Amino acid sequence: MSSTAVPPAPPKKVNRIGLEVADYRGARTTLCAGCGHNAISERIIESFYEMGVPPHRVAKLSGIGCSSKSPAYFMGTAFGFNAVHGRMPSIATGAVLANRDLVAIGVSGDGDTASIGIGQFVHLMRRNLPMIYIIEDNGVYGLTKGQFSATADIGSKLKTGVINDLPPIDTCALAIQLGATYVGRSFSGDKHQLKALLQGAIAHRGTVMLDVISPCVTFNDHEGSTKSYSYVKDHEEPLGDVSFVPFFQDIEVEYEPGATKEITLFDGSKVLLHKLPADYDPADKCDALRVLTEAHDKNEVVTGLFYVNTEQEDFITMLDLVDEPLATLPESRVRPPRKVLDELMESYR
Amino acid sequence: MKRHRLDPETKKATFAIVQAEDELAAIGMALGAGWAGARSMTSTSGPGISLMSEFVGLGYYAEIPAVIFDVQRVGPSTGLPTRTAQGDVLKNAFLSHGDTRHLMLFPSSVEECFSMAIEAFDLAEEFQTPVFVMTDLDLGMNNWMADPFEYPTKPMARGKVLSAEDLNRLGGFGRYTDVDGDGIGYRTLPGTHHRAAGYFTRGSGHNARAKYSERPEDYVQNMERLSRKLETARTKVLAPEFQEGKESDFGILGYGTSHWAIVEARDQLKQEYGLETDYCRVRGFPFNPSVLDFIRNHSRVYVVDQNRDAQMYSLLRLEVDDDCVGKLRRVRHFNGLPIDARSVTDSIVSLEGVK
Ligand SMILES: Cc1ncc(C[n+]2csc(CCOP(=O)(O)OP(=O)(O)O)c2C)c(N)n1
Ligand code: SF4
Ligand SMILES: [Mg+2]
Repeated sequence: MSSTAVPPAPPKKVNRIGLEVADYRGARTTLCAGCGHNAISERIIESFYEMGVPPHRVAKLSGIGCSSKSPAYFMGTAFGFNAVHGRMPSIATGAVLANRDLVAIGVSGDGDTASIGIGQFVHLMRRNLPMIYIIEDNGVYGLTKGQFSATADIGSKLKTGVINDLPPIDTCALAIQLGATYVGRSFSGDKHQLKALLQGAIAHRGTVMLDVISPCVTFNDHEGSTKSYSYVKDHEEPLGDVSFVPFFQDIEVEYEPGATKEITLFDGSKVLLHKLPADYDPADKCDALRVLTEAHDKNEVVTGLFYVNTEQEDFITMLDLVDEPLATLPESRVRPPRKVLDELMESYR
Repeated sequence: MKRHRLDPETKKATFAIVQAEDELAAIGMALGAGWAGARSMTSTSGPGISLMSEFVGLGYYAEIPAVIFDVQRVGPSTGLPTRTAQGDVLKNAFLSHGDTRHLMLFPSSVEECFSMAIEAFDLAEEFQTPVFVMTDLDLGMNNWMADPFEYPTKPMARGKVLSAEDLNRLGGFGRYTDVDGDGIGYRTLPGTHHRAAGYFTRGSGHNARAKYSERPEDYVQNMERLSRKLETARTKVLAPEFQEGKESDFGILGYGTSHWAIVEARDQLKQEYGLETDYCRVRGFPFNPSVLDFIRNHSRVYVVDQNRDAQMYSLLRLEVDDDCVGKLRRVRHFNGLPIDARSVTDSIVSLEGVK
């Protein structure tokens, strides 16, 4: 035994499955310093770490764009898939159906979703596929130097002076109307709210759609832009406060009855919605759509968790798939015996 | 499927069928599932093939298995949507932008649609790439007689997939590293419980370890390896079938549903004109070396195509040695109706200058 006493290293901080936060990091970002997308990656890292999701079970999916590059910058040991522009939903659908144990997180941009990708987006929402779909929404095509996307607000101005004169697509309203079951909007600069929404997203089963306003500092952060840091800070109107209590944390949360709505999610975790407007019911689509429409009329950026439906069947349940991932079924379970083929052939005689 | 693919105990499905909103999504779902390790397929015809083009290029470059049945019909555009053709041969060989090249199988009968489907799933996973089964509207929609299908005798070939135990032994892996010299790398499936299992799949430039790369050497090496992979495929896709005449004058080369017309035309040529012929029925692409030998070993070869632009003929011209190009002759039938023996016979007789 050595006689020189080595001071014990301070215990490493680990999550409930024994991993450090470093295990949830990815490659160094190549996005611009100050890009909102980087802050969202940070919140994703924290949320998956704190929830103790095993990285090897995570499928990170994206389309094309600066936002779609970001899955390379979190959870480096997870499985990543950069699809083609606007078509990540179909890749996600195939992957999740092939392996129902995957925790699928899709990261898209407003161009990738609302411009080229709107077709696959709406059909993904209809199917309530269990996955988390995040739009990193800056109102422009960042990667291709800042043209307007379909979420740009009327009257918003490009650096070149070009003014957008078409109405924006509200991806949250669309998602709610079409069948997504956990829908919210946040801001890359709002650490607390975004993390609570993301942790709730992990705890939910069904399609999660989060539109996160994420300013593009290079092409859309100037005076006259409605997706700049300062515009969103000035016009953000949170629909109450969101907090999250994971299922594995044994804490009683004190709150004023009546003023807080508690929603128990699939894994037993809870989201708490405080200070919602009077009579707002997060299980009521109409309430959500009214709030979103009114916010547009008032030029407000409403954020928060708008709609949660914990009852709706997800796509895997609807297809009644076996419990094991289809991809892992051995040949004996997927190739019917000779007798079946022979009988089938007989029936055609 | 509901009758034969429910789990006997739980009665739950061991399959998933999705009616996709369009062909962009259909091929995306097939690739997503193939990436995640399930066997997957989609079927379509010309307009759908055009829509799938971008994703098929991703499947080639990111190396993801999927099977695509193309029930070819008459194009271009909507064309004659209820009529038959072999109009997608050249297109599918190179579908998508950039340098691409795809595996194709050409069934001639209902039985082969079944046996080649099995073959296509094996090839897709062995070569980690999209595979086309090139049927046509005549075969896909008209009534045909068939013998009972034969039950598969081979186990499924699932290709080079590393498990967590493999990774423990190896310590790690490079997704696009050519370990075996056949151009085919090893892959892991999402969900594999090992720190070294995860990798990033992308349609942008990547190096042998699946990292993003724009380095010229990485790009060239990767593209050369993909070429090698397709070279390996030459002897793995189905070899052609041959029929020989007695001291024959020349060769006929055909594929798909032209087969039956060619068989009959050979009889007509012999009986009516005394012309003996050899016959090569191509069953796969990239071409097996014996296809090219067939051309080399004949003074002239009539290539039978059901399209205006002699697409198989053109594809062969790209592949044969320069001194063989002149041996190829075009026999085309493209009026939307299934090809008949008489039109093959008449074309050959007139090209031969026989009276
Ligand atoms: C089919 C196709 N069309 C166009 C492009 C070019 N392109 C690349 S990224 C992009 C827009 C990305 O915008 P967004 O999704 O908002 O991402 P951001 O860069 O703003 O994060 C476009 C048009 C492409 N890659 N593929
Ligand atoms: S161009 Fe804009 S969106 Fe792209 S990385 Fe830079 S700041 Fe972010
Ligand atoms: Mg954008």
